[in-house]
Amino acid sequence: MSSEVAVKPPGASAGVQDARADTRMASLRAIYIIWYRDILRYWRDRWRLVASLAQPLLFLIVFGSGLSSSLKGSASFGASGGLSYIQFMYPGIIGMAILFTAIFGAMSIVWDREFGFLKEVLVAPIDRSSVAIGKALGGTTQAMIQGLILLILAPFVGVKLSLLTVLTMIPLAAVLAFGLSSFGVALASTMKSMQGFQVVMNLLMMPMFFLSGALFPLSGLPGWMTVLTRIDPASYGIDPLRRVVLSDSGLPTAVIDKLGLTINGQVLSIPLEAGIMLAFGVVMLAIAVMSFRRRD
Amino acid sequence: MSETVIQAQGLVKRYGELEAVRGIDLEVQAGEIFGFLGPNGAGKSTTISILCTLLTPTAGTARVAGIDVMHDPAGVRQRIGLVFQDPSLDDQLTGRENLEFHAFIYSVPASVRRQRIDEMLELMQLTERAGSQVRTYSGGMKRRLEIARGMLHQPQILFLDEPTLGLDPQTRQSIWNHLNELRSRKGITIFMTTHYMDEAEYCDRIGIIDRGKIVALGTPDQLKAMVGGDVVTITSSKPEAAALEIKELLGVTPSRDDGTLRMEVSDGKAFVPRLVRELMAPVDTVTLRRPSLDDVFLKLTGHVIRDEEAGTRDQMRMMGRAWRRR
Repeated sequence: MSSEVAVKPPGASAGVQDARADTRMASLRAIYIIWYRDILRYWRDRWRLVASLAQPLLFLIVFGSGLSSSLKGSASFGASGGLSYIQFMYPGIIGMAILFTAIFGAMSIVWDREFGFLKEVLVAPIDRSSVAIGKALGGTTQAMIQGLILLILAPFVGVKLSLLTVLTMIPLAAVLAFGLSSFGVALASTMKSMQGFQVVMNLLMMPMFFLSGALFPLSGLPGWMTVLTRIDPASYGIDPLRRVVLSDSGLPTAVIDKLGLTINGQVLSIPLEAGIMLAFGVVMLAIAVMSFRRRD
Repeated sequence: MSETVIQAQGLVKRYGELEAVRGIDLEVQAGEIFGFLGPNGAGKSTTISILCTLLTPTAGTARVAGIDVMHDPAGVRQRIGLVFQDPSLDDQLTGRENLEFHAFIYSVPASVRRQRIDEMLELMQLTERAGSQVRTYSGGMKRRLEIARGMLHQPQILFLDEPTLGLDPQTRQSIWNHLNELRSRKGITIFMTTHYMDEAEYCDRIGIIDRGKIVALGTPDQLKAMVGGDVVTITSSKPEAAALEIKELLGVTPSRDDGTLRMEVSDGKAFVPRLVRELMAPVDTVTLRRPSLDDVFLKLTGHVIRDEEAGTRDQMRMMGRAWRRR
């Protein structure tokens, strides 16, 4: 046996390469099936899909219409070139739907743990990173479906979007969905019980939503709140969506910048914001991978 | 001729102060059905978890399918099938989808995926319900699906941790028939834990474990032979008096549990008439039977296996389990 190795060293190194390729393929297969299972479950539970659209629509229609009329005369809205509150709020609500679906989707890991299925996954002879990546992609896809449905509904709530705007919004929404899903997976990977889930829900997701600029402009806020809104990762995902929607409605750039996210008075460009969101997602995913690998 | 597929030496597992496994040595040959028998909290699950690489031992070594569990856990996992004590199916997916998921994460080649899934469904008699969501399955069907799943990647050894726990006797019987069928068709080695004594009789070899140590190892017949001959039990309204008389007149020391006296004798048929003739104390009933594994366990450990034994050991076990889940 030792002579065989001595005679054919290139064969041995090819074997190592094969093994590496095998491992990579195994990881890809695992990522695919973990992702596919999430989509299958999401699709099978269509009532949940419909029900989860109710909340953003309620916000949009009731909250939006209500505030639109009372804000008509305000400095930011009525005065600035006929911007309606619904138009302002619409990308924020897409962001909200993505925020909730992405984090919820990724946090299904907590359910899997509770009902034992996670064991089947963690025991498999695969790299744990596939679990984190598969779950993050599953949450991303679910959130994107939710976001796309809301995009389609735009004309019905009185928001007109050109095809180009829609096409620009899709990758931006995807980056937001990915960032928040990864965040959800990172959270869920450290969570031991269902109880923790309620805590995350109330102490993290709601503040993240309220501070993200989904409902009001992030300018001219009290100092402490300015800081919190800039720490909120969702802010960097919702702002570019809004910029795209508002520029489509023909609003002057100066007005859009005034309504948008700034740091130290500095306006952030869309690519920069998308980059921040993407980086956030990658860091969160890396944390999730490490946390899954650490598990006994 | 026969190949050793599981080999453990001096396995120890400690959880802080609690020593769940205290030095276990065992060997299992290819093609055997090996049963690990013991009460709750004896260390069965901990041991099986170490062999399956789900836990790392505090001390000791183990080789499973020829691979060191510490060195290459993924290699071991690719070569073993697992059926956990607690359910681990996705009950919103269908039976077939659960198997497909498993085939993917265990790298079952696409060319044989479908064929193997069909074969295992057939073997576990689940073909008709394969398209239904698992939440509509009975307890026995879920277990069978888990066994089918554990076999999909053609493991050398199938590990089952309390596979019949919580199932009714008829379903337990059916699971056993399926496991036997599996062994005869696939020639697989089966390693299982149970605390049902009657089930252990189905095994080729049994290891009896108590308080983290193996107290006996052998075939069911060998173990039963450790109990001398027959077991006689009597009930009496005056058990103390009866016990004393039995000891003095018949030279046998009975063990007592309330009104029941139990003794092991070499020739039960001859013993019972003598007992009835010579005893002055009232005797209500007399039973004579061949020794069971319960008797073996009692003889070896001095206590009986109870199903609902929620003593301190069990609580510690739960703590151990919560620990593991972290």
